[in-house]
Amino acid sequence: MAEQTSRRPAGTGGPHGMPMGVGRPKNLKQTVKRLFGYFNKNWLALIAIVLTLILSSGSMLAGSYFLKPLINKYIIPGNFNGLLMALAGLAIIYVAGIFASYIQTRLTIQVAQKTSNTMRRELFDKLQRLPLKYFDTHTHGELMSRFTNDIDNVQIMLEQSTTQLISSVLTFIGSVIMMIILSPVLFLITAMVLALMVFLSVKIGGKSRQYFKNQQKILGDLNGYIEETISGLKEIKVFSHEEKAITEFNRLNEEFRTTASNANFLAGIIMPIMMNLNNVCYAITAVFGGILTIAGSFDVGSLAAFLQYSRQFGQPITQITSQLNNILAAMAGAEHVFEVMDQEPEVDSGEIMLTHINEHTDGNSIQNEATSQWAWKSESPDGKPELIPLKGDVRFHNVTFSYDDKKTVLREISLYAKPGQTIALVGSTGAGKTTITNLINRFYDITKGTITYDGIDVRKIKKDSLRQSLGMVLQDTHLFTGTVMDNIRYGKLDATDEECIQAAKTASAHSFISRLPDGYRTVITGDGANLSQGQRQLIAIARVNVANPPVMILDEATSSIDTRTERLIEKGMNALMKGRTVFVIAHRLSTVRNADAIMVIENGEIIERGSHDDLLSQKGRYFQLYTGANILD
Amino acid sequence: MIKKLYEYIKPYSKYLLYCFLLVSTEVVCEMMMPLLMSKIIDIGIPNKNIGFIAGIGVLMVLLAVISIALGVANMKFSALASQGFAANLRESLFNKIKAFSFSNIDKFSTGSLVTRLTSDVTQLQVTVMMMLRMLLRAPLMLISAMIFAISINTQLSSIIFAAIPILIFGILLVIRTAEHLYTTTQRRIDSLNSDIQENLIAIRVVKAFVREAYEKLKFSKVNNALTEASLKAGNLISLVMPLMLLVMNSAMLAVIWFGGHKVGTGVMGTGAFVSFISYLMQILFSVMMFSFIFILFARSEACGKRIVEVIETNIDIEDSENAKDLPIKNGKIEFCHVDFKYVAGGEGKNVLSDINFVIEPGEFAAIVGGTGSGKTTLVNLIPRLYDTTSGEVLVDGVNVRDYKLETLRHSIGMVLQKNVLFSGTIRENLLWGNENAKQSDLEKSASDAQAHDFITSLPEGYDTELGQGGVNVSGGQKQRLCIARAMAKKPPILILDDSTSAVDTATEAKLRKAFRENLRGTTVLIIAQRISSVKDADKIIVLDDGKICGIGTHEELLKNNEVYKEICLSQQEGMVS
Repeated sequence: MAEQTSRRPAGTGGPHGMPMGVGRPKNLKQTVKRLFGYFNKNWLALIAIVLTLILSSGSMLAGSYFLKPLINKYIIPGNFNGLLMALAGLAIIYVAGIFASYIQTRLTIQVAQKTSNTMRRELFDKLQRLPLKYFDTHTHGELMSRFTNDIDNVQIMLEQSTTQLISSVLTFIGSVIMMIILSPVLFLITAMVLALMVFLSVKIGGKSRQYFKNQQKILGDLNGYIEETISGLKEIKVFSHEEKAITEFNRLNEEFRTTASNANFLAGIIMPIMMNLNNVCYAITAVFGGILTIAGSFDVGSLAAFLQYSRQFGQPITQITSQLNNILAAMAGAEHVFEVMDQEPEVDSGEIMLTHINEHTDGNSIQNEATSQWAWKSESPDGKPELIPLKGDVRFHNVTFSYDDKKTVLREISLYAKPGQTIALVGSTGAGKTTITNLINRFYDITKGTITYDGIDVRKIKKDSLRQSLGMVLQDTHLFTGTVMDNIRYGKLDATDEECIQAAKTASAHSFISRLPDGYRTVITGDGANLSQGQRQLIAIARVNVANPPVMILDEATSSIDTRTERLIEKGMNALMKGRTVFVIAHRLSTVRNADAIMVIENGEIIERGSHDDLLSQKGRYFQLYTGANILD
Repeated sequence: MIKKLYEYIKPYSKYLLYCFLLVSTEVVCEMMMPLLMSKIIDIGIPNKNIGFIAGIGVLMVLLAVISIALGVANMKFSALASQGFAANLRESLFNKIKAFSFSNIDKFSTGSLVTRLTSDVTQLQVTVMMMLRMLLRAPLMLISAMIFAISINTQLSSIIFAAIPILIFGILLVIRTAEHLYTTTQRRIDSLNSDIQENLIAIRVVKAFVREAYEKLKFSKVNNALTEASLKAGNLISLVMPLMLLVMNSAMLAVIWFGGHKVGTGVMGTGAFVSFISYLMQILFSVMMFSFIFILFARSEACGKRIVEVIETNIDIEDSENAKDLPIKNGKIEFCHVDFKYVAGGEGKNVLSDINFVIEPGEFAAIVGGTGSGKTTLVNLIPRLYDTTSGEVLVDGVNVRDYKLETLRHSIGMVLQKNVLFSGTIRENLLWGNENAKQSDLEKSASDAQAHDFITSLPEGYDTELGQGGVNVSGGQKQRLCIARAMAKKPPILILDDSTSAVDTATEAKLRKAFRENLRGTTVLIIAQRISSVKDADKIIVLDDGKICGIGTHEELLKNNEVYKEICLSQQEGMVS
């Protein structure tokens, strides 16, 4: 198939059947070298693949050559005993070739699958280590296509393109050699047609690549338009914009039809041209071979063998050009994958770790259940470990932050959460509340200032330890495929069923979970699509509860939740907050009023701070927010 | 299914005929080659007749050149026909989906509709093209090669007849066994993909719980399971080639042995013998081609089914036959004994039952109630996004079913709960409401929607590019843009479905003030969670479990409505953001 729209061939199973892009690798040499790194452990298999390839191509070539002695020595003279012996020899060659080709295919599949498995694993591992900033600046679709299209292309290349390319080259060179051996004169004559074939295939190939590139671009536009209109279909209907959408669609559809027809046409004509030029070659061979035979410098057996070669000649040439294209596309894919792998991972220079202390050390008077079992462990200069008890004291000193070094999101934020206090962050959407909480657990690193945790700069704490000590309920609840129990256990992987159920009870999630069709064994799919927003949030609260962390960050999300569920959530949240340092982004006044300190954030700055009563008496922004509904009456 | 899909290629049936004629002529030309060659060996050489040989040679070259022309023409027609087919199919799919009602849309997911319109159509296009290029070739090649082979020697041909069934049987066996392995592989690919997707979506959760190592372990399991399944399938498929070679080579040995005897004893010419071998190869090759087309077909069948499913969907909301082209002037809304369930005529529970109310022109009305109480469903009945199961919805005293859909929807400005902005500038998005709006009109709508200030604070102002889905603005800004877009229509009725949830209380208060002062004469109907948003409405409709349990002003309801009181109580102290 010389089709450029390379559909997934029968022998492979990849995630998407999308046509591959026409990307060109930027640094081919480097990419190839790096790709080779993946099979250095399999070098034995590689050698075996090359050997079996030579063997199977050789067997095909030898099989054709055999026609000469068969006809000349045995058939024409009528030596049937000799013919039998010769056929036995031929059978051995055939069997060897079949065997070699079988071994070769299996080995190739093995190597290709192993490589793509390793690449997927490494890429996934890398994703887990990338900073959040990376995910903010790259779409999910983009990252998904690294796993699907790009690694797939590499796999197809390894499984098919490369071996086909090698065997085509071998067959081509072998045929040329055999033809020269059979008759140099005849070969010179066919070589002229051959040159024409090579020239044409390169020429048409180049031209059709251009068209194909064009086609892909328009296809991208068309598909993009389809995706956008269908996602916004309800909007289109509400605005009765159907006719306009169709006009634009028809324009793109028509444009694509024309371009794609041309691209398909050009990609297609290689096949008949090559095949029939091959036939011209065949005809010329037959004529001149016949003349040479009459002249006595050639014989019928040689002619038969020569004709076999000249007949199978076109195939390797078309194969070589089309496989080269596939290989280049795969290399571009590999390059994309490597680009992700080469991204700077999340920096973590912290050395202070979180440890469990089972008994109450020294005379420390923290009696709090949530914090008492933990301590920060650091190596002191003399090599003796030093333990700092974990209390849950978090301070911001003049913290300034910007996501992109251009727009400052937080300016000179200073705040102090004493152990066990609840700090409420209020303010309008986009003021920077969530950003503050994302700095405590170092989802992002601050631009200026310091954040300390029990007096230790958070940058000195190992990220894993830091995050383990912080429980988070995020604004957007995300659950994983698995049972409800699995999802709760996500907070503490070795938690028993009883612990999980207890956590759910504290979070007020138990009653609704028991009412689900399979209770705790109910399987959650598609990010919890079968549960309501409120139920998902309750599970998320139970999940963080089972982890029992000393400090909590709660990003309350109450829009679109009805009042009854909201009360349940509130109960769950309150249970969590007991005895812990809590940062809460609050919308509900009951939460805010009970907070030890309220920070009003506006445009990235703390504009007011104090207790509920203090702030109300200030009659500032907080007062305005609180009474906002009444202002205009 | 094929009959349904044939409709779309019908305009190109002329091309189909051309393709058939071109391919068959081309195949015959090609198949003549070995036969002509045998004449050179068997007649030309023994007779030392160079003139004869040259003549045959010229004929062969001529046939080859004709074949090129035929082949190239076939490529042209097959490309035109298959792409034309795909374009027709896409167009009518798009037209169909465009006419979908909301309940039609709900039935398919957005993602699956996109797949049907994009990769499914492409897959069918490739299939049609392959069919025109290869499928026609295979049988023609098989038949003509057979005829030529038999004409050379009937006895030897029996070897071919023995080889074909063995080959077909072997290949089919492998494919059939591989089929369920492929299903397994596909399933594992799906779970690998969803695992990756889940990790991308929930990356913050993973990091917050420090579960990187756990996720890696989970992924490596899914990954290895996929590799295992692919290897199994691949190993099975790798049998096809050796199997084919085995049959082909055995047939070859048999032909050489028996054919050799015939040549040796002078029954058959050497040339005929050599050309017979060529035909043997052609025949087995075309059998192989058949089996690959079979695989291609099997894969396309699923795509075809998915496409036909969309085409055959009944659209349940269309202009009724006697739809009047009445304008809507006043904006009076009336519900009379309205019942609604999502599955019409089905068993399902009523989502709304016996809804009765009237909203007078120019009134500011609100609907409150818990999640799932049917608020969104109720407002969706007004612009006929869904049709009532029983009862009537009247606008300006006329049943909504009697309006033309376009007039009805054009007269109702609606902001959906899940709102979508489109790629393009802010201006282009606002123009959706009214194509002919002037800049001053847009600014008016935007400032009423409390969006003008933030728009002008953007560096490019109204010419700011929004990006697909409006990714460049915050949630609250997006909601205000959507409100401005609906207001730009200057509709007699404006419906807001919980569209200020991300807007802070102070801004929302300003927004409501603008509604009261600048939208006099417009009927406004809002759905809201916060009591503060609805407090000053002329009329509040309280929904509980699909039934109206109270209508009145804030004060009236506080006095005599338990459900309303409960909602107020839970929010007594307002919200601080």
